[in-house]
Amino acid sequence: MAERCVHELNRALHELFVERDDVYLIGEDLLDPYGGAFKVSQGLSSQWPERVITTPISEASLVGVTAGMAIRGLRPILEIMFGDFVALGYDQIVNGISKFREMYDDQIEVPLVVRLPMGGGRGYGPTHSQSLEKALIGVPNVTTVAISEYHDVGALLTAAVEDPEPVFFVENKLMYGRPLRRPEGGYVGELRARETSGPYPAISLSGSEFGDDAVTISTYGGMASLALETATGLILEHELFCEVVVLSRLQPLDLEPLLDSVRRTGALVTLEEGTLTGGLGAEIAATVQEQAWEELRRPVQRVGARDGIVPAAPDLEAAMLPGADNLIAAVLSVSGARV
Amino acid sequence: MAASPAPPAALDAARSYAQMFLIRRFEETLLEMFSLGKLVGTTHTCIGQEANAVGVVGALEPERDVVFSNHRCHGHYLAFTDDVQGLLREVMGREGGTCGGKGGSQHLCKGNFYSNGVQGSIVPVATGMALAEREKGTDGVTTVFLGDGTLGQGTVYECLNMASVWSLPLLIVVENNFYAQSTPSQLTVAGSIPERAQAFSVDTRHLETTDVEPIRAAAEEAVAHVREQGRPFFLVLDTYRFSPHSKGDENRDEAEIEARRQHDPLLAAGARLDEAERLAIEQGCESRLASAIEAAEAALPAGAAA
Repeated sequence: MAERCVHELNRALHELFVERDDVYLIGEDLLDPYGGAFKVSQGLSSQWPERVITTPISEASLVGVTAGMAIRGLRPILEIMFGDFVALGYDQIVNGISKFREMYDDQIEVPLVVRLPMGGGRGYGPTHSQSLEKALIGVPNVTTVAISEYHDVGALLTAAVEDPEPVFFVENKLMYGRPLRRPEGGYVGELRARETSGPYPAISLSGSEFGDDAVTISTYGGMASLALETATGLILEHELFCEVVVLSRLQPLDLEPLLDSVRRTGALVTLEEGTLTGGLGAEIAATVQEQAWEELRRPVQRVGARDGIVPAAPDLEAAMLPGADNLIAAVLSVSGARV
Repeated sequence: MAASPAPPAALDAARSYAQMFLIRRFEETLLEMFSLGKLVGTTHTCIGQEANAVGVVGALEPERDVVFSNHRCHGHYLAFTDDVQGLLREVMGREGGTCGGKGGSQHLCKGNFYSNGVQGSIVPVATGMALAEREKGTDGVTTVFLGDGTLGQGTVYECLNMASVWSLPLLIVVENNFYAQSTPSQLTVAGSIPERAQAFSVDTRHLETTDVEPIRAAAEEAVAHVREQGRPFFLVLDTYRFSPHSKGDENRDEAEIEARRQHDPLLAAGARLDEAERLAIEQGCESRLASAIEAAEAALPAGAAA
């Protein structure tokens, strides 16, 4: 049985604390036995009480405090309890973290990590369920990374901590309790898997051994499992093969795995959990159309949440978030297949 | 005949006056250059507030102490770094500027000095720096400068709270010039400024003077408190700016400004020197500034080579 995501992240944090004495964890409710709202930080404060700093509820300042620590030579990791609360620290991101290195003429670095549990599906309602990646990817000089259950999430977190640039590290809440589904022997289930190299790899999954897939589905984070389930279902029900490209680095956009896939399929659907307007899908669509127009048979289709709130009641929430039906409709529309 | 060593007080008085005079003339020069169309962008001068920069920074050790300043940062920068050429070129957008022309007047970084232009942004970053210095065991004091206008930002109080709960080596200096840009502080600041910090069990001191010597003495005590006790300190310095908030945006009563000129920090500091010494200092500053301007004007625009 594969490890659950929360354990892999926790194990990576423990290893980082062992290996580096400049790593600090800062955030709300981190101390044992509580160990953070989603238990990712469990055990750390018992072992390293001086390097785990539990804080007042002060996100507007904490993002800046983390920046100050990083500029002065530490490797701080800030845990924001719910990713939604990063909005309180947005001034620090836009007017500080994204600016310092460049406006100070590369005299300093800001090697911080902000961990952000994002996403819905748990009935937490409008202010505890959002996927706010789009508010981060539009900010220059800030790296945004999202984990998926197909990625080595511990390696991603380690890479983020070792990155000299500031990294916003998006963790989907539904993933924490799930086992990771790492490729084994080049496959995830029935799908062939490829993984790019580098600190933040993209994982491509193909139903046809990367042969004649009809559509590329670009996704990341918690939506990756929906994309994979849908791709598998499309094979069975429509004999339609898709390539699913699961990005881990959203900004700067990891474009090459997408272009590589689109060159084979000629059709692209983007899938994200956040509200649709101005999201990652819009950025991907614009960029792919700029760089691979000749490869596309049909206009890029985007799938995301309805532009509105994430309601609390389960049926209302499910209707607002992107689901299999939305994705199937988009895939069929670009594939040219009849429904 | 062996020269008798000058008494330390006289040395300090001359050095303080020289630093304040340099800052004054540097910023007056910037305003003149703006009026002549030689500068673009913006600037915020501290004309009238120089004693705070020189008094507080004089109590610090630039090798291990950290300063985080705000939009009105030239005085702090010059007192901390003495880098006339770098700042002038930065503001003028010439090659060789402190930040290569990318930051301009209010976004500076050199050694342990930093500044940024958004009021609510600054104290949190300085708080994190103080935390880092404590963890690294440097015994460094992080000093953050803010104005009375910044007291409207909630992050100031979040950070007072954290600095006190965590016992951080953070010196918060409030330069209270009684105006937030154009708005007098009685329209924006309720209650007592020092009591705001006292509510977080942070020790405070409030000075109503523009004389650099008592400011320096109070700063030395404050720095010693922070360094030795590892506790934050909140130093409130009442002051007044003779210049506009920025360049031409003056709306205050001229009589009020004139009355405050009797408390010009240069008058008190200059009175401690004999006239010949004072004139020699002024002449030295003027010629240093003139050659810096000449060199900066001869330099290429930042980015011209790219």
